[in-house]
Amino acid sequence: MDGISTTYNTKDTLLKLFDEYFGKPAADGNPDIGQLRREAIAVFAQKGFPHTRLEKWRNTDLSRALNHDYSFPLNPDNSGVDFGDIFRCDVPGFDTHMIAQLNGVFIDRGLKPAQSSEGLVVCSLAEAFVKYPQLIASHYGKYAAFQENSLTALNTAFASDGVFIYVPDNLVVSEIVQMVNLIHSGDPVFVQPRNLVILGKNSSLKLVQCDDSVDDQIGFINSVTEVVLAENANLDHYKLQNKNDRSTLVNNIYFHLESGANLSTNAISLNGGLIRNEANVKLNGSGAHADILGVYLMDRNQHIDNQVFVDHAKPDCTSNEMFKGILDDQASGVFNGHILVQKDAQRTNAYQNNKNILISDKAVIDSKPFLEIYADDVKCSHGATVGQLDSEALFYLRSRGISIENARMLLMYAFAAEIVNKISIPQLQLRIDDLVKKRLRGELSICEQCVLHCNSREQKVSFEIDMSKI
Amino acid sequence: MEKDPNNILEEVTQSEYKYGFYTDIEMETAPKGLSEDTIRFISAKKNEPEWLLQFRLEAYRKWLGMTEPTWAHLHHPPINYQDIIYYAAPKKKKELASLDEVDPELIETFNKLGISLEEQKRLSGVAVDAVIDSVSVKTTFSETLEKQGIIFCSFSEAVQKVPELVKQYLGTVVPADDNYFAALNSAVFSDGSFCYIPKGVRCPIELSTYFRINAANTGQFERTLIIGDENSYVSYMEGCTAPMRDENQLHAAIVEIIALKDAEVKYSTVQNWYPGNKKGEGGIYNFVTKRGICKGNNSKISWTQVETGSAITWKYPSVVLMGDHSVGEFYSVAVTNNYQQADTGSKMIHLGKNTKSTIISKGISAGHSSNSYRGLVKMTKRAENSRNFSQCDSLLLGDKCGAHTFPYIKTENKTSIVEHEATTSKISDDQLFYCNQRGIGTESAIGLIVNGYAREVLKQLPMEFAVEAQKLLSISLEGSVG
Repeated sequence: MDGISTTYNTKDTLLKLFDEYFGKPAADGNPDIGQLRREAIAVFAQKGFPHTRLEKWRNTDLSRALNHDYSFPLNPDNSGVDFGDIFRCDVPGFDTHMIAQLNGVFIDRGLKPAQSSEGLVVCSLAEAFVKYPQLIASHYGKYAAFQENSLTALNTAFASDGVFIYVPDNLVVSEIVQMVNLIHSGDPVFVQPRNLVILGKNSSLKLVQCDDSVDDQIGFINSVTEVVLAENANLDHYKLQNKNDRSTLVNNIYFHLESGANLSTNAISLNGGLIRNEANVKLNGSGAHADILGVYLMDRNQHIDNQVFVDHAKPDCTSNEMFKGILDDQASGVFNGHILVQKDAQRTNAYQNNKNILISDKAVIDSKPFLEIYADDVKCSHGATVGQLDSEALFYLRSRGISIENARMLLMYAFAAEIVNKISIPQLQLRIDDLVKKRLRGELSICEQCVLHCNSREQKVSFEIDMSKI
Repeated sequence: MEKDPNNILEEVTQSEYKYGFYTDIEMETAPKGLSEDTIRFISAKKNEPEWLLQFRLEAYRKWLGMTEPTWAHLHHPPINYQDIIYYAAPKKKKELASLDEVDPELIETFNKLGISLEEQKRLSGVAVDAVIDSVSVKTTFSETLEKQGIIFCSFSEAVQKVPELVKQYLGTVVPADDNYFAALNSAVFSDGSFCYIPKGVRCPIELSTYFRINAANTGQFERTLIIGDENSYVSYMEGCTAPMRDENQLHAAIVEIIALKDAEVKYSTVQNWYPGNKKGEGGIYNFVTKRGICKGNNSKISWTQVETGSAITWKYPSVVLMGDHSVGEFYSVAVTNNYQQADTGSKMIHLGKNTKSTIISKGISAGHSSNSYRGLVKMTKRAENSRNFSQCDSLLLGDKCGAHTFPYIKTENKTSIVEHEATTSKISDDQLFYCNQRGIGTESAIGLIVNGYAREVLKQLPMEFAVEAQKLLSISLEGSVG
């Protein structure tokens, strides 16, 4: 049953669109994918867009975000766009292999990663469908379960492009791979990028996933990313979100870890109208480890929703979750952490923590750290706190001549720094650190494009006190 | 000779329910099934005023339009509400002046439970309002209490004696349409306890009620109403055991507590209903709505519960902190064994300024059981400078059981502080080794550790109760533990 009622019947439009594009079996080259699409659209047709009567969505209401006359660019024309102008990165010393996605479509700029001769593949998903059918057949759609998630189902039904990354066994990728996903369109657009990242045995990759707005355009991104880590693979993953206030971003990521694999994922949400991050982590082999971190700084009417599901399917795995957030003005935040320890997943260690600071009386936080445990030899803990800046700490700083504004900023900065300091790419850490400071000073404007590639050279953010000494 | 530690857990889960017996008393029962006629029958039997009948009927009509909740982490076959006898009472006998006149079989029953009225009356100084299948049989110490102006009697009696008080407060904390089971109770509630502490009175003794489900196929629908008037204090205790029966029995009770300005109400309960046999057959289905409201400033409501029985427990004692500076507390130990399922926790709704709440929940699961904590802490906009601390720990004894935690936290103002922490673990080999090393057998060590784990809650219980609670904890985990 569709609980969302809007002026524009987005659901019906999408169903019609599906019939038009994928309704005929011949429309899709790959019959398996065609079959998957049809199964997925059936789920979406039945469930519709998620509504607040669903337990997982009770605090995030999509109805306003869906109340726009969206266009659905399936084969967008990007010819009139100056890519060089939109996509550029000027973080000093931040040398990445950058992949650009505009309105959900991979932009082929003819660049090849340095290690392509060693088997590293970075290309568009559409290309991978044709070129790497075996990899697609064994991984695509295998981790993003859409039966219970109608947005993932919708993405699966329409998925036509996105990023495909394949790291062969034993390859350590030295370059940082950066995916930049931009929305740039005259009308409100609804885009659905689909990414697949495959890490072979003992391989290693650093991946930065950026979601940004170019302008103040209304947009809805329903993104699904599947990431599989084979035995002993290592992934360092960052999500940077700096969208405008009129945008909606639903980010579903499905991590699948085999034994000994190591994942570190960090979601940094600095700005965005409505952001929902769903991180699903399946620890499917003993010895796998996942760090799931996040920090969110929201104000005005922004809404942030972090959903984390860690599935301890096999014994001897460890996971560690830590989410911190500061909410100001009328901003609202949701944290929903779910740790599932399956039967026989003995010797599991799982930790979960969510800390929030409310700055204003109108900010709201809903936190639900949730444990579901079916094995006995486990150590699980979770914690959640909601509070304010420590008044004694504020007094301490003020008594030493630091103004109230600076003292507050300092404490907020220190609060967020716990997560920011865990970023293991030094240049990125510096840059995020800078952005957090700017964000806290209210100086970060959305027109500054992406957090990592701005038109104007950044002015150094300086506090009255020397922050570098902290 | 030290037993094999692997067998101990098994033994722990093997012990049969020790309080299983059945008292044969002539019952006067309503016909099976639920309809407006049944409700009229109950109401007529109890000689109730018209407004109460209307209250029941309205609740029944609302209940018809409701559906059974499915969100809890519980699994049970569907309940046939038409297959239940909604009223059963021991046949009315003439008013009793002394214990000698009480049915000897009843006395026997209480003796088996170790709570003979005689003993209670003489030794413990506790007034006991013993409820057997819905109708109060004997009330003790009423006279002592009456001198202070305290009203402590069965609910039906209160309806006759102080209808205006009942009418004023009934359904104000748990509205008739609060939830499915509350609506059912409001429609068919049979009896329960009523307690009113007048202004400025500190109740000199602990008030206690023993509930006991007795006849097969009889749903029990107690309704308890406790009112603490301004600046009063009362400690109220409730405890239950049930005879062994194979058919599932439904229990849907309501407890309402009202604490006015400066009043303090302490509610303690030990629940040990028949949990079903080792295969998970039979046992009580316990769907209870318990809620208190701190209506006046500086009032306090404290819930303490030890849950060891029932096949299914669905119970969330809550406090609505309405008055400024009011305090809500919840202390709970929930033990599940074999195929028992418990979904229990607390709700703290902060409405007033400077309100404080504490939640301490200790879950212990063994066998194939499932034990969930589900709680809500809500800080509304008005609840400035409010404070909550929640801790819910789970202890796992055995690799087939489940322990879950579902805490909900909602904060809408910037001056409140909410803290929640939880851990789940089993008894570590280190702890056992430490005990063994000092000559404590594994079995006693488990008992020691479990008791220590639950201590924080048990120490909240009144003394008389704490002893029994420890006994129950031991029985539900095995006779020798404790």
